[in-house]
Amino acid sequence: MAEVRLILNEVITGILTGGIYALMASGLTLIFGVMDIINIGQGALVILGGYLSYILQENFHIDLFLGLLLTMPLMFLLGLFIEWAFIRPLKRDRTMLSILVTFAIALIIEGTLGLKNTFGTDNIKLHAWYVDSSNASFQIGGFVLPYINIFVFVLSSALLTGLYFLVYRTKFGYSLRASMQNRTAAELIGVDVERVSAITFGIGVALAAAGGMAFGTTTAFNPGSHYDLISRLLVIIILGGMGSLRGALVASVVMLVIEDVTSVVWTPVWATTVFFALLVIILLVRPQGLFGRLEGRKQ
Amino acid sequence: MIRQYFARLRKGIYASAAVSLILLFVVACGGGQAGTTPTPGNTSPIKIGASLSFSGDFSDDGKAFQQGYQLWANYVNSHGGLLGRQVKLDIVSDASSTDQVQTNYQKLINVDKVDLTFGPFSTLLTKPASVVASRYGYAMIEGAGGGPSVFTRGLRNIFDVSLPVANNLVSFAQYILALPASQRPATAAYATEDDPFTQPQVDTARSLLEQGGVRTASYQVYPAETTDYNPIADKIIASGAKVVIAGTLLPDISAFIQRFKQQHYNPQALIATAGPDQGSQFIKAIGGTPSAEAIMVPNGGWYPQANTPGNAQMVQAYLAAYGGTANDISSDVAEAYSVGQVAFQAVTNIGSLDNSKLIDELHSGHTYQTVQGLVKFDSTGQNTAAQAYLFQWQNGSLLPIYPATATGAVKPEFPKPNWP
Repeated sequence: MAEVRLILNEVITGILTGGIYALMASGLTLIFGVMDIINIGQGALVILGGYLSYILQENFHIDLFLGLLLTMPLMFLLGLFIEWAFIRPLKRDRTMLSILVTFAIALIIEGTLGLKNTFGTDNIKLHAWYVDSSNASFQIGGFVLPYINIFVFVLSSALLTGLYFLVYRTKFGYSLRASMQNRTAAELIGVDVERVSAITFGIGVALAAAGGMAFGTTTAFNPGSHYDLISRLLVIIILGGMGSLRGALVASVVMLVIEDVTSVVWTPVWATTVFFALLVIILLVRPQGLFGRLEGRKQ
Repeated sequence: MIRQYFARLRKGIYASAAVSLILLFVVACGGGQAGTTPTPGNTSPIKIGASLSFSGDFSDDGKAFQQGYQLWANYVNSHGGLLGRQVKLDIVSDASSTDQVQTNYQKLINVDKVDLTFGPFSTLLTKPASVVASRYGYAMIEGAGGGPSVFTRGLRNIFDVSLPVANNLVSFAQYILALPASQRPATAAYATEDDPFTQPQVDTARSLLEQGGVRTASYQVYPAETTDYNPIADKIIASGAKVVIAGTLLPDISAFIQRFKQQHYNPQALIATAGPDQGSQFIKAIGGTPSAEAIMVPNGGWYPQANTPGNAQMVQAYLAAYGGTANDISSDVAEAYSVGQVAFQAVTNIGSLDNSKLIDELHSGHTYQTVQGLVKFDSTGQNTAAQAYLFQWQNGSLLPIYPATATGAVKPEFPKPNWP
C-alpha cells in the first residue's frame, strides 16, 4: 500500500515537474519548427533567464512570477538580436551550422555569467514563500503538493495555450505555419519569412526566461548548468515531435513520470535508461515522435 | 592505380616516421622532463601547474581551490620563495570534465613546462590527471582526490594531503553510535551520487551504522548528472528514516532540503558529505541560516579556529584578500593550502625540483605540518595521520561538535529542530 502511494505520489510529481521542462523545451521546439535550426543555446538561455529572475528578486525584491513581466520582454529582445546577428546570416546548411553557432552563443552566455564581476561560478537558487518555506505546500487527498509546482504548471499551461492560439488562431500564426511548412513557398505568397523567424526566435527565447525562473526554484544552478539541461530538452522535443508544442508538454510529462516512478520503484540509476529504452521503442514505431512534424502542423 | 595507391601509402609512412622522429627529439630534449635540479644563480620563478574547475559540477570547489593555492603562493613569495625562487601558479580550467583535465595536464607539462604539478578538484578528475602526471614522471600532490579508487591503481606519484575520503563520515557514525541507547536513532536513509568522492563515504558510514544496529531504511545511488532530485528525496521521506546521510554536493543537498521542508519531513539528524561546508553559499542556497540549524557535515581536519601550523595566518590572509568572515572560508581553501605546504616542505627537504627525488621524499615516511594537521603518506599515497571531525550548523555558525576534544568543540544539537 505504501509502495502504491509512493508511486502515485511520483506520478503527480512527474506531471507537475513536467510543466517546468515543458516551459524550457517549448521555445526549443518552436524555433526548430519554424526555422529548421537546433538551438543548442536554449539551455544557456534558460539559465540566463534564471539569473535575470535572481537579479530582480535580490536587488528589487520583485516576486518571481511578477518578474517575468520584465524578464520575458527583455529575453524577447535578446532573441531578436541573436536571430539578427547570428542566425540570419546563415544562408546555407542552416540546420548544421546553427548547431555550432548556437553552441557558441551558449559558451558566450556561460562565460559572461561566470565572470568574477558578474556572478562567478557560485551556485544560486531562487527563493519565495511558495518555494521553500514550511508553508510552501498544502495537503490534498493525503498527498502534499508544493505550491511552486502547481503555480509553474499553471503558468506553463497558460503560456503554451497562449502560444497555441498565437500559432493557430491569428494571422501571424498563419504566416508562421506557412513558414514552417515551406519557407520558399511562404516567401512566394508574400510572407515576410525573416520577420516571422525573428519574432519566433524572440518568443522561443522569452519562454526560456519563464523556464529559467521555474528551474531555479527547484535546483541550485550556476553558469555551467546548461550542459545537463540541453540534453534533456533535446530528448523531450524528439519524443514529442520536433516542432510540436503539444508534443513538448506531453513528452515532458511522460519523461518525468517514467523517470520518477522508475527511480522510486527500482533505482535512480536506471531511471534515465528505462526512459531511453522506451524512447527508442516509440521512435521505431513513430520516427517522427509522438506528435511529429506532419501531424503537429495539421492541428 | 595500385602503384599510385602504394606510392601514396609510402609517402604517408615516411611522413609519419618523420613526425615521430621529431616528436622523439623534442621529448628527448626536455619535452617530457619532470622538473629540474636548481642551477646556481637561477632566479626564474618556479612554475607550478594545476587544472581546476571553473564551470560545471565542481565550479564552487574549483574557485575555492584556486584561492587556497594562490594564498599559499602569496605567502611563500612574501617569505623568500621556494628554494630562494618566487613561485608562479599556472592554473587552467577543466570545466569539471575528465577529458579536459587530461588535456590540461598534458599542456601544463609539455607546453608550459611546469616544474611541479598540484592536483585538480575531486576524485573524479584526480584519477585521469594523476595518470598523465605519472606518465611524465611528475609527482601529483593533491587535496581533493581522496576516493579509494585513486589509490588502487599502482601509481607511485599520487599523494593526497587530506583525510582519506572513505573515512570522512566515520566521526558521524561514531557520534551516532555513542548516543545513549534511548536516544539512538533506529533507522537511517542513504542517498549518494555515483561519485567516487561521495559514495565510499556513505558506504563506510552505512557499514559502521549497520554493525552498530542502525537499520537501513533506504539506500539510493543516483547519477551525478541528475537534475530532478524529487523522487530521490521522496523515497527517503517515505522510508521515515530517523537519520539521513546524503552523499551530495551543494545543488543536490539544497534540493533535498527544499523537498524535505515542502513535505514536512524532519529527520533527527541530517548530514551531507559536501554542501553545508560551503559557508554563505550553502546558506543562500537553502534560504537562510534558520534552515541550516543542526545540519551536519564531516570535516577532514580543518576549520577556521583550528590550532594547526599556519592556520591563523592563512585565515587572516584569506579575509584580507577576499573579505567575508572566517566561517565563509570553504574547507577546500585549506585543502589546497595544505597541498602547497607539503610541497614546500618536501622540496625544501630534498633541495631540488627533481620530481623523481620528490616522489621518493614523499614516500619516505616523513611527517609534514599543514593547516589541516599532520600529513604522513602510506605506500599508496594516502594520509595516515589525518583526523576526522564532525561539524554542525548552530545559530548561523558551523562549529565542531565531535570529538569533544577538538579545539572549540560545542555541545551537539540533537535531535535536529523542526524546519523554520
